[in-house]
Amino acid sequence: MSTLGWITQVLEMVVALAAAPALLGWVNQCRAWLQNRRAPSLWLPYRNLHKLFHKEAVLAENASPLFRIAPYVVFGAMVLAAGIIPSMGTRLPLVVSADAIALVGLFAAARMFMTLAAMDVGTAFGTLGARREMMVGFLAEPALLMVIFVASLISSSTALPVITEHLVSGHLGLSPGLAFSAVAFILVLLAENARIPIDNPATHLELTMIHEAMVLEYSARHLALIEWAAQLKLFNYVCIGFALFLPWGVARGHIGPVGLLVAIPALALKLAAAGGGLALIETVSAKMRVMRIPEFLATAFLFAVLGLLVHVLLGA
Amino acid sequence: MISQSPTLLVGCLALLLGWTAIGLAGLLRPRSVRLAGRVLFPLGALLGFALAAVAGASLLGGGFERLVLPLGLPGLPMHLRLDPLSSVFLVLLGASSGGISLFAGGYFRAGEGAAPGLLCLQYHLFLASMGWVLIADDAYSFLVAWEAMALSSYFLVTTQHRLAEIRRAGFVYLLMAHVGALCLLLCFGVLQGGSWQFTFAAMRAAHLSAGWASAAFLLALIGFGAKAGLVPLHVWLPEAHPAAPSPVSALMSGVMLKTAVYGLLRVGLDLLGHPLWWWGLVPLILGLFTIFYGVLFAAVQTDMKRLLAYSSIENIGVVFTGIGLTIVFAGSGLQAVAALALLATLYHSLNHALMKSLLFLGTGSVLHATGERNLGRLGGLIHRMPWVAWLTLIGTLAIAGLPPLNGFVSEWLLLQSFLFADHVPHAFVNLLIPMGMALVVLGAALAGYVMVKFYGVIFLGQPREPSLAHAHDCGWLERIGLTWLALGCLGLGLFPLQVIGALGSVTTQLIGTRVAQASAHWWLLAPVPGRPVSYGPLVFLTATLAVVLMTVLIVRLAYRQRVRRAPAWDCGFGALTARMQDTAEGFGQPIRHLFQAFFEIERELPAPADRAPRYRIAIRERIWKMAYEPLADAVERLADVAARVQQGRISVYLLYSFITLLVLLAVALMS
Repeated sequence: MSTLGWITQVLEMVVALAAAPALLGWVNQCRAWLQNRRAPSLWLPYRNLHKLFHKEAVLAENASPLFRIAPYVVFGAMVLAAGIIPSMGTRLPLVVSADAIALVGLFAAARMFMTLAAMDVGTAFGTLGARREMMVGFLAEPALLMVIFVASLISSSTALPVITEHLVSGHLGLSPGLAFSAVAFILVLLAENARIPIDNPATHLELTMIHEAMVLEYSARHLALIEWAAQLKLFNYVCIGFALFLPWGVARGHIGPVGLLVAIPALALKLAAAGGGLALIETVSAKMRVMRIPEFLATAFLFAVLGLLVHVLLGA
Repeated sequence: MISQSPTLLVGCLALLLGWTAIGLAGLLRPRSVRLAGRVLFPLGALLGFALAAVAGASLLGGGFERLVLPLGLPGLPMHLRLDPLSSVFLVLLGASSGGISLFAGGYFRAGEGAAPGLLCLQYHLFLASMGWVLIADDAYSFLVAWEAMALSSYFLVTTQHRLAEIRRAGFVYLLMAHVGALCLLLCFGVLQGGSWQFTFAAMRAAHLSAGWASAAFLLALIGFGAKAGLVPLHVWLPEAHPAAPSPVSALMSGVMLKTAVYGLLRVGLDLLGHPLWWWGLVPLILGLFTIFYGVLFAAVQTDMKRLLAYSSIENIGVVFTGIGLTIVFAGSGLQAVAALALLATLYHSLNHALMKSLLFLGTGSVLHATGERNLGRLGGLIHRMPWVAWLTLIGTLAIAGLPPLNGFVSEWLLLQSFLFADHVPHAFVNLLIPMGMALVVLGAALAGYVMVKFYGVIFLGQPREPSLAHAHDCGWLERIGLTWLALGCLGLGLFPLQVIGALGSVTTQLIGTRVAQASAHWWLLAPVPGRPVSYGPLVFLTATLAVVLMTVLIVRLAYRQRVRRAPAWDCGFGALTARMQDTAEGFGQPIRHLFQAFFEIERELPAPADRAPRYRIAIRERIWKMAYEPLADAVERLADVAARVQQGRISVYLLYSFITLLVLLAVALMS
């Protein structure tokens, strides 16, 4: 693989690291505007991270080494995922080693470490959060895989860049199978990133929280890494959505630095639109009861399966 | 192809006899723990490693070796054969039993059930008979070895036969084993196809009509399915696995279930030759159902060994799904894809042998250290038993199917072969098989749920009982055994290309083609015919480690704040006790709630005014009430009817003989 490939790869990770907090800040801003509130600064997430990194870390007395390792593993997984997803270019050298199934595996590994860490201290909230997170995960993860499989069947490959290249070169507009999967994907994105209606990122109300309940025992730099990883996860999911459903603007094949120059503003535009859309969804929907979540995710799963069925029916 | 001097086969045979000899040596001083534990079990482990090496050499060579022993029935001497298919399962047997025997050397103590010398005999006979099953080349020696395997494992299961519950588990196991064996007997009867030759070579040559071949396949599926724990023939498994001592559970779950997989592959793809495509649908559908069923029940268990037993059922489901896909593809003329599905099947069998043995042995250590099998009384053991905890973590992550460990590789291969299902040239089927993929991924995700529960409740959190503070880590022999199995999980995960290269001769033997490697790199797995798909676990691991280590380094360099230890915060809740953590019941509650229809739940809830509130929940399988209990009743009624004939008076019996004689005479005269 060329040097340009490696440069694209590293650039993608760096852009993801730099832009992920801004994406969250942007969503929060949009949401505040839509709800007639005064918006917080776009840079607030950066300041939060900065503040957390400079604090003294407090660990529970009975925390095991697993508890200290987990934030680094989760963060590393999300950074690596950012390098695998073709957000700006499709010539990514790492992708030959990790296709979309491995990407989902990477997310699953991050989730597993997070939940194990949440159970490590042995608090009521930690285990409650871990249980709920796994409940969300066991339906969201297969739904995501099924969404990816529809695209893989269309392009005969499970490697994300190949899928993206294939979809870009095809005709404009979604195929019917992909349209169903797009709906499923949006539902999965909401669930996996702890957004309303599954989880409320702004609350610490015991009865409803999922993600926040798991990270209650973390502080300072460990918490900063987890928060940053969560922002990266949102960024990654949105980029997966772009790769599957809105692949335009991505630098394809051997297009050189010029292609990247086009790709960066295109990505920024798409992110801005997606952030606005996410804020809109969060504004018009209400938080669900916890035991309703499986129904929501089962719908996502069914939509994804339906997408697959529609594709095979029409395509074969 | 057929080598003249069967050197490797003789080597295997000598090692199997060596196991038998070690077992008999245990009888020299049956009460001595030191002889059995420190000498005989480690020696058995060495033989296991040697067997893996010999079979590995045969696998790489890809040769066929035959041997006829002057033993057995008149006119039917024992035929033995070592070919790639049996080699790969012998490697599985040798490699995992090596680790398990090392562990067992440190595990068995005095005063627990049967005497150590006797256990040593049963254990090694069990090993030898499993090896014998794999090299048998005629129906007679196959069934003799098969029965020896069932009987020796029965005695191992009932080691603690003073407990009624364990005697019952042993009975159910023996019964199911025999129902299965009867089906196999009939299956071989059909397979000989009127030639009355019971060697496997004659069965390969026999040309059966489609109807008889299908009957033979279905009989084999029932017979081997009962041994493997395929739903609905799985009922013995969650009873027998927890009842046995942990090394035996590991051996049964990791290795013995795989002999059934071997048997089905042998009959379905080798002896029957050209399978019809629709045969594959039966194991495919049953396998998919088994995945789902096993993992749901695993999620609601509160006994750690029962949880693992149900997880074994799930994994057997994955293997049978792979077999089903292989047959569907092979019968439809898609040989290249069939080879891919077969690889996934074999790979998953190898994986499961290592990771499930690792987990069962881990629970054995926990059981020894704490005396508890109940998840509700464990917790926080990562502090007291770091060796067991960290090695078990590897098995946990592997069985949850996370990259870059081994469970992911086989799942990846299986999903890749599923993605070819729309090529099957049969309407509807090519629509329905992709739906199966949904069940496979759902099962994999649920397996993650189960494993978080398993690991989190046992090793993490606070100890739920004060006595756990005295738990001790396992001894050095046990550590070596666990480490070996954990390294196996890592190795199979990181070097899939080398493993698949070695398995090539098996796909050549059974499907007639090898999987083509589309990439020139030794670290890149690209086995999918005609598709630009690849997976490189080593690069994956390196990249992950690099990113994680860089993060650690940067955070360390940039922020030198110290770490302070303090009591857990828990939202400032105050008095935190171990009882506030989720129990195993609590962790499984969402699954129980969502999939209520699957479970037969018996619940006892406290009334508001109870002085001593008590919450009890018991979960049973509906299948007992729906199928097995009516069946048992019917058998009993039938036996009552038959008992009327059995008067117990000799004059009546003489009358029976006389009437039989008359009838026979009449028949002889008529014809």
